[in-house]
Amino acid sequence: MIELNQFLILSALLFAIGVIGIFLNRKNVIIILMSIEIILLSVNLNLIAFSYFLNDLTGQIFSLFVLTVAAAEAAIGLAILVIYNRNAGSIEIEKINALKG
Amino acid sequence: MTAQLLTFYLFSGVILISSLMVISTKNPVHSVLFLILSFLNAAGLFVILHAEFLAMILIIVYVGAVAVLFLFVVMMLDFKTSINKDNILQYIPIGILVGVVFIAELIIVLINTKFDLSNIQVLPNPLSDFTGKSNTEAIGSVLYTDYILYFQLSGVILLVAMIGSIVLTLREREGVKRQVVSEQLQRQGKIDLVDVKSGKGVDIL
Repeated sequence: MIELNQFLILSALLFAIGVIGIFLNRKNVIIILMSIEIILLSVNLNLIAFSYFLNDLTGQIFSLFVLTVAAAEAAIGLAILVIYNRNAGSIEIEKINALKG
Repeated sequence: MTAQLLTFYLFSGVILISSLMVISTKNPVHSVLFLILSFLNAAGLFVILHAEFLAMILIIVYVGAVAVLFLFVVMMLDFKTSINKDNILQYIPIGILVGVVFIAELIIVLINTKFDLSNIQVLPNPLSDFTGKSNTEAIGSVLYTDYILYFQLSGVILLVAMIGSIVLTLREREGVKRQVVSEQLQRQGKIDLVDVKSGKGVDIL
């Protein structure tokens, strides 16, 4: 029988992979957006695992909303990426320093 | 080892490996394809957890829409910018450090904690209320009643995202000839209606 902790460890690993992806990647922003998708997937997995083990439906509803917001975020992020590439000619992260941050 | 456990390990192993490939492959197209693989396996895990509706939504929305959107953008933009390897290697120590600390903390907490969910009393939507209904039916009966406000708010979020991304990417180009339907329809005196005799044709000019 699967236990709750196994799902939690799996989603912790997934979350960590997403965070490492954000840290390691210096090539293009699109991999960072994909890492954010992985992080959101791990959160969804947590919500649904708790929903199953608590016998409660609320986690699934929340996961549905997380999916919605993730889809909106991906659309806006990719639109920003497209216009940035059009204006600056490159989306290398190290070259995105217009604000001198 | 039951079949359920084996399936869990299979799905989670593929998810972890393909997510690692997402962040480590050089080619962004391969990253998107591995992302799709990891979403499909997550849908399998959702089915194990009896969340069939969300599994289908994950496949339809993520694999069908978001991942294809990523694929479009990856293939549309030019990623051939050369990267020297020294720059990448410079960030590996801090990345590994943060990742290892993060994983270690979470797993130490999770292994030492035994969740006792049996004596939680307040459940807003217990599943026993929906016995005999399918998962989709149960979600619908909660989503459209208790969570109707959040449902509509998420609709507004999607609308704003749609309008925002259209406004961001729309641009007026110089020198593009457009069809103006009203001007076309208002042309007067430049159109001849000719009664064509059969078998004779029309003299042009």
